[in-house]
Amino acid sequence: MEFWTAFYAISFYVATLIFLVFGGHKVYQYAVTPAPLKIPTTPAPVTTSGVVVRLLLEVTIFKSLFRSNKWIWLFALIFHLALWIVLIRHLRYFIDPVWAIVALAQPFGKYGSFAMLFGLFALLARRMFVARICYISTPSDYLMLFLLLAIGISGTLISFVTHTDIIQFKAFMLSVLNFNFFNWQTIPTDTMLLVHLTAVILLMIVFPFSKLLHVPGVFFSPTRNQVDNPREKRHVAPWAVKEFETSPASTTSE
Amino acid sequence: MAKKVKFDIPEFRPYPTVPVLKPGVMKGNGPFKAKPDMQEALGFPGELIDDWHDVAIDKMGELLKKYRSLRVFLDSCMKCGACTDKCHYMIGTNDPKNMPVARQDLFRQVYRRHFTLSGKLFPKLVGAKDLTKDVLDDWYNYFHQCSQCRRCSVFCPIGIDTAEISMAAREILDTVGLGQKYCNEIIPKIYKIGNNLGLPKPALANTLEGLEEDMKDETGIDIKMPLDVEGADILLITPSADFFAEPHIDGLIGYAKVFHQAGASWTISSYASEAANFGMFIGSYENMRKVALRIREAAIKLKVKRIIFGECGHAWRVGYSFLNTLVGPFEFLDTRYPIPQHICEYTYDLIQKGVIKLDKSANDHRRLTFHDSCNVARATRMGDKPGGQFEIPREIIKACCNHYYDMEPDTIKDQTYCCGGGGGLLTDDLMELRVKGALPRMEALKQVVDDHGVTHMAAICAICKTQFAKVLPYYGFEMDAIISVHQLVGDAIVLTTDVKTPG
Repeated sequence: MEFWTAFYAISFYVATLIFLVFGGHKVYQYAVTPAPLKIPTTPAPVTTSGVVVRLLLEVTIFKSLFRSNKWIWLFALIFHLALWIVLIRHLRYFIDPVWAIVALAQPFGKYGSFAMLFGLFALLARRMFVARICYISTPSDYLMLFLLLAIGISGTLISFVTHTDIIQFKAFMLSVLNFNFFNWQTIPTDTMLLVHLTAVILLMIVFPFSKLLHVPGVFFSPTRNQVDNPREKRHVAPWAVKEFETSPASTTSE
Repeated sequence: MAKKVKFDIPEFRPYPTVPVLKPGVMKGNGPFKAKPDMQEALGFPGELIDDWHDVAIDKMGELLKKYRSLRVFLDSCMKCGACTDKCHYMIGTNDPKNMPVARQDLFRQVYRRHFTLSGKLFPKLVGAKDLTKDVLDDWYNYFHQCSQCRRCSVFCPIGIDTAEISMAAREILDTVGLGQKYCNEIIPKIYKIGNNLGLPKPALANTLEGLEEDMKDETGIDIKMPLDVEGADILLITPSADFFAEPHIDGLIGYAKVFHQAGASWTISSYASEAANFGMFIGSYENMRKVALRIREAAIKLKVKRIIFGECGHAWRVGYSFLNTLVGPFEFLDTRYPIPQHICEYTYDLIQKGVIKLDKSANDHRRLTFHDSCNVARATRMGDKPGGQFEIPREIIKACCNHYYDMEPDTIKDQTYCCGGGGGLLTDDLMELRVKGALPRMEALKQVVDDHGVTHMAAICAICKTQFAKVLPYYGFEMDAIISVHQLVGDAIVLTTDVKTPG
């Protein structure tokens, strides 16, 4: 078994495991932690379907961010949309036969990487040169952008400049996904491909321990996902019932 | 005109500017600390305990298990910077730690150090810090420079609400013995006497009688301000400032006139003679519940059918959003009406039905604008539809006067600026902060004064009214330019003697 093939295959399994287990743990934690009070930022929807629409607008067009700052909104939206298109395009390396939507995304996805890089550089420039954002940035905030830039730049170079044996890579990837342990197809060892894969694996590992938790977080944000109906429907947390409403003293203030 | 002060009053900015950071300008010791006996009355240690570090971290862990908001908000900030120019204290002081995200980071750095793997392994990399005495002091100082107005939460793409973080921080501070004097000396007065002012029943009865006499002199009509009337239909819960402070008291007179003209049977309770609930400011569910419980008890004791809240911002948040949670359900009240109801909802309904008539010309000497109080605007609702909290007070004002002008769209409704004194900061030892924090509201007011000759700003919050009465003169306005919405109603309402009085 060739070293790099085993190294990347195992890294991929480990990274996926970390991503799923620790990411899943975080989502579980958010789901089971009660929100004891009704705190939607109002005006808020008064029905559940209204909340679904509110969340959809937040995660698709970043509605609150649009009201907040047009530049951050523009750069963030370009980055995220481009990332989606690029990700969808990348599905072609993981599935066989390739779905129609993935095939459709191919031409957009190839050039989407430029939009993604533009968004990332713009966000980096804001972080470096806008005094307020510079002030709130920690080294990890820069590293996250560098990691994404490394992924974007190496990927773009593979697509347009250095190239790799993409057929062979797909064979490797499918053998990994089919759990053909130590019987994996050989991975191409072009430098850019290995840089690309290393950065992606790192990103998956870092995800559950970093601010990338904003991805599940936004769906659990009580200011955005609560229905505005406190007068109509009593909302009370189990711990509050336990602490205050199960003892005989609970009916008086003394 | 501007008074003699020890600090610089911010100048109006002629056009929107990018804030320049002035690190450390608001660093300090924070507001006065609560005395030991007041701390202990709330169940907190009297002064900073020896093992404060461990107790604080344990408390943080406990709160993380109790509040999803805290958990999600601490993890999810991606430091995008959207909130950095949204806080009125940031705008007024330029201290970078008054940027919502930086304020949160005072808390988040400790969370990361103790509750996240990345912070435990690579503290420098992710900006994690131990809870040192310096950090604790920064907490006390800067979490008392947040008025919990939620303006940042409107603009955050994740909906992170700094108010949730500052409430948690204040609760931890209380738990280790660092309480704020203003809040923590007020809450025990509720437990002992029934209101924030410590106004006992005889004094309250006396005040209300005096007001009845004043109204009789003014109108020639017997308008009642009933106290502790058992069997009344409506229990009015109003901030105790309404009983004595200007311009609040004219609002109270307005409510009484509305009740009179509607022929309503109503009462004030001496036991629950306070709408304000400072338990919220200190982030204490327990104290917030204990204060709210008095309202339930008063409603049961007086056998009322409805509860109506007077003009008070955060009180309406506790009333509208939390009351049912804290001390519900209210199955013993008349469920055909909202529980509780806001006085503006009540008055608006009567205007709609034609039960009360208003003579707009009575307010012709005033040209008005409306200040949306932060907690009403961003944490509550009025009426059936989202945004009723903006429309209903405006419709009432417009029904009472001929000259109404809104301030700039990005300073009203859910983008409204806090008055600068909310969230337990309405104390003289924070005067510099209060004056500076009022800057964006004062700028917006200046514009409608210049453009439309606005003479008065109406509000529906006791804190806003007190704060503006105090800070308006610093910016060259008259202190009585702030008035109650129900003062306008009280002045415009057409009173009659032959009102059908309930049997």
